[in-house]
Amino acid sequence: MSEPKTHEPAFDTITAEGSVDPKPVVLIAEFETADQLMSAAEKVRDEGFKRWDCHTPYPIHGLDGAMGIRPTILPWIVLGGGFTGFCGGLLMQGWMNGISYPFLISGKPFFSIPASIPVAFELTILLSAFGAFGGMLALNGLPRMFNPLFRSDRFRRATADRFFISIEARDRRFDADSNARFLRGIGANAIEVIEE
Amino acid sequence: MKHLLEKIPFIRPEILGNAQSQEIDNTSYSPAERQPWITGENDNTTITDKVCGILEDKPTFGWVMFFLLSLSVLGLLGVFVPFLIFWGVGVWGVNNPVGWGYAIVNFVFWVGIGHAGTLISAILFLFRQKWRTSINRAAEAMTIFAVMCAGLFPGIHVGRAWFAYWMFPLPNQMELWPNFRSPLLWDVFAVGTYFTVSLLFWYMGMVPDLATVRDRANNWIRRLAYGALSMGWTGSNRQWHVYERSYLLLASLATPLVLSVHSVVSFDFAVSQVAGWHTTIFPPYFVAGAIFSGFAMVVTLLVPARQLFGLKEIITLRHLENMNKVIMLTGMLVGYAYAQEFFIAWYGGVKVEKFAFMNRAFGQYAWAYWIMVSCNVISPQIFWFKKARTNIWIMFVVSIFVNIGMWFERFVITVTSLANDYTPAAWDYYTPKLADVGIMIGAFGLFFTLFALFCRFLPFIAMSEVKGVIADAAHSTPSEKPAESGDAESAPSPAAGS
Repeated sequence: MSEPKTHEPAFDTITAEGSVDPKPVVLIAEFETADQLMSAAEKVRDEGFKRWDCHTPYPIHGLDGAMGIRPTILPWIVLGGGFTGFCGGLLMQGWMNGISYPFLISGKPFFSIPASIPVAFELTILLSAFGAFGGMLALNGLPRMFNPLFRSDRFRRATADRFFISIEARDRRFDADSNARFLRGIGANAIEVIEE
Repeated sequence: MKHLLEKIPFIRPEILGNAQSQEIDNTSYSPAERQPWITGENDNTTITDKVCGILEDKPTFGWVMFFLLSLSVLGLLGVFVPFLIFWGVGVWGVNNPVGWGYAIVNFVFWVGIGHAGTLISAILFLFRQKWRTSINRAAEAMTIFAVMCAGLFPGIHVGRAWFAYWMFPLPNQMELWPNFRSPLLWDVFAVGTYFTVSLLFWYMGMVPDLATVRDRANNWIRRLAYGALSMGWTGSNRQWHVYERSYLLLASLATPLVLSVHSVVSFDFAVSQVAGWHTTIFPPYFVAGAIFSGFAMVVTLLVPARQLFGLKEIITLRHLENMNKVIMLTGMLVGYAYAQEFFIAWYGGVKVEKFAFMNRAFGQYAWAYWIMVSCNVISPQIFWFKKARTNIWIMFVVSIFVNIGMWFERFVITVTSLANDYTPAAWDYYTPKLADVGIMIGAFGLFFTLFALFCRFLPFIAMSEVKGVIADAAHSTPSEKPAESGDAESAPSPAAGS
C-alpha cells in the first residue's frame, strides 16, 4: 500500500493484493456535494477526457449535459420488442386456433382481429418490458460482478452520500499526478488511484 | 416484560420499533411556502442510515411477532391446498348454479389489490408526483405479493392442479392449443404479463438501493447476496442515463398494462351472457375498484410499518393524507358505478337485468350488498374532513373497512348473478365450506409473510429516489439546507466556472 513516494502525495494508492507489477487502472476523486460534482464534471468534459464517469447516489438532473452524454438507443430496442410482441401475438393466435388445430366453439370465427387484441396487447407490453430491462442491462454492461472500483473503501459511499468522478487509465489523457492536481483544483476533497 | 425480552438473542426489545422518528405535521398548504415531503433534519446520510438500519439491525420484537403470526396463518394454506388437491374441488362450497365461488372472488380481490402499487410506481411517476418516492417500493412489493396470491387461485381451482400448465400455449399430449377466443385465456396473459412486468420494474428500481446495502455490508453473506442482486451497480452516471430512460419506458408500459389487467379480469364476467355481468361499465368500474382497494391496502400496511421501522419522517402525514384523498375519490367512482348499474338496468328495460339488480340489493344476498355499500361508499366519506384524513387511527380503520367492502363487492358480483339466474328452478344459496375459508385466510398469511420478509431483507424505501427529492427541495429553497451552506465558498459556483 504505502510505497515510497518521491513527490508530495496528491493521492492515495490502493494496490490489489498479490499484484506483481501494479499499474494504475482507475483514478477516483471524491466530492462533497452534487453542485461541486456538477461544475467539476463540466470541466473534466471540457478538458477532453473520454473514458471517465461520475458516480452518484441518485441521478442528478443536468449531469448528462454536464458530462456530454449522448442519448441512448434504448427506446429503439423497446420499440423492436413491442413490435415483435404484437406481430408474434397475432401470428401465434392465428396459427394455433386457425391453422394448426381449428375447432369451432360458440360459433365464433377461428381467427378474428378483435378477439385477438387482448393477448396481442399483453405480449406487446411483455416483450417491450423485456427490451427495456434487458436493453438497460446490455447497454450498461451489467451484471458486472468485478470492478476495480470496489477495491476502494472510500468509494463505498458513492451509493450512499458522496459524489465521485472516475477516470480510467485507458483514457489518453490519463496521468495520475497531473489528473490528481487538476481534480483537486476543481474541488475534489480526496483522490485515490487504484492499481492492479 | 422488557427485561425478559432483553434476554432473547437476535431480537431488539422495542415493542413498537424505534422511537427516533417523530410525527411532524406537514399537511398545511400555503402557496407561499411549500411543505417538504421529507420532514425532520434528514439528508442523504441519515436517509441511508435509517432505511438500511431496518435490514442491518436486529429485528424488533414487533416484527418478529408479526412474522410469526403471518407464518402461522400461512400454515392454513399448507393444510387446505393439499386437502383440496387430494379430494378435488368438491371440498369447496360451489354448487350447481354457483360454479364460481371463493376462488374467483379471491382472485379478483388480490389482482385488484395489486393495482395501487403500479398506479403509485408508474402512473404517479409519469405525472411527476414526487410524493410517490417514499411509498413506491413498499407499494410495488405489495403488488408482487398480491399478484402471487391471486395466481394461486386459478392454479388450484382447475381441479387437477397438475394440469395447470394447459393454461399456457405449450405443446401437450393432446396436440391441442388453448382457446384464444375465451377471456379466461386473456386473463392468463394479462395477469402473467402484469406479474412479470411488475417484478422487473420493482427489481430494477431496487438495484441502486441494493448496491447501497452491499456497500455497507459488514459480513460476507450480505456482501455476496446483495452483491449478486445489485449486479455490480456503481452509481455511474453513464449507467444512470440508460437506467432512467429504461425506468421511464417501463413506467409508460406499466401504465396501459395496469389499466388493461383489470379490464381483462372484468371481461371474464362482462363477455358472458349472465344478467348483472354483461355490462359495458365493467372495465372502468373494475379498474377504479382495484385502485380503491389497493390504496386501502397500502394504508393498512404502511401505517403500522412506518411506526414499527421509525419512518414517520419519510412516510409523512402528507403522504398518508394524499392516499386518503385517492381512496375517497376512487370510493366515489365506485359508488357512481353502483348507481349507474341500477340506472342502466332500469333504463335498458330488460326484465331479467332489472331483476338481477333488485335481487342484488334486496334478495337473499342483501346483507352482503349492504356491507359492500356501507364499507365502500359511505365509510370513505369521512375523509372530507381533514382531521379524519390526517388521523392515523381513523385512516387505518377506514382502510380495513374498504378492504372488507371490496372483497364483498367481488362476492356480490360473482355470487348473486349466478345463484339467481335465468332458470328459477335451479336457484340455490351458496355457502362456503371450511376449505374455502381456510384458503382465503391462508392467502392473507402468504401475503403478510412475504411482506414481512420484504421489510427485513430488502430496502423498504426507494432511497435513491428520496435523495433526489431532498436535493430538489434543497434547490428550490436554498436557505432550508444549512448543511450545504458551509461548503458554499469552497464549491466553485457554476457561474464562476463558466
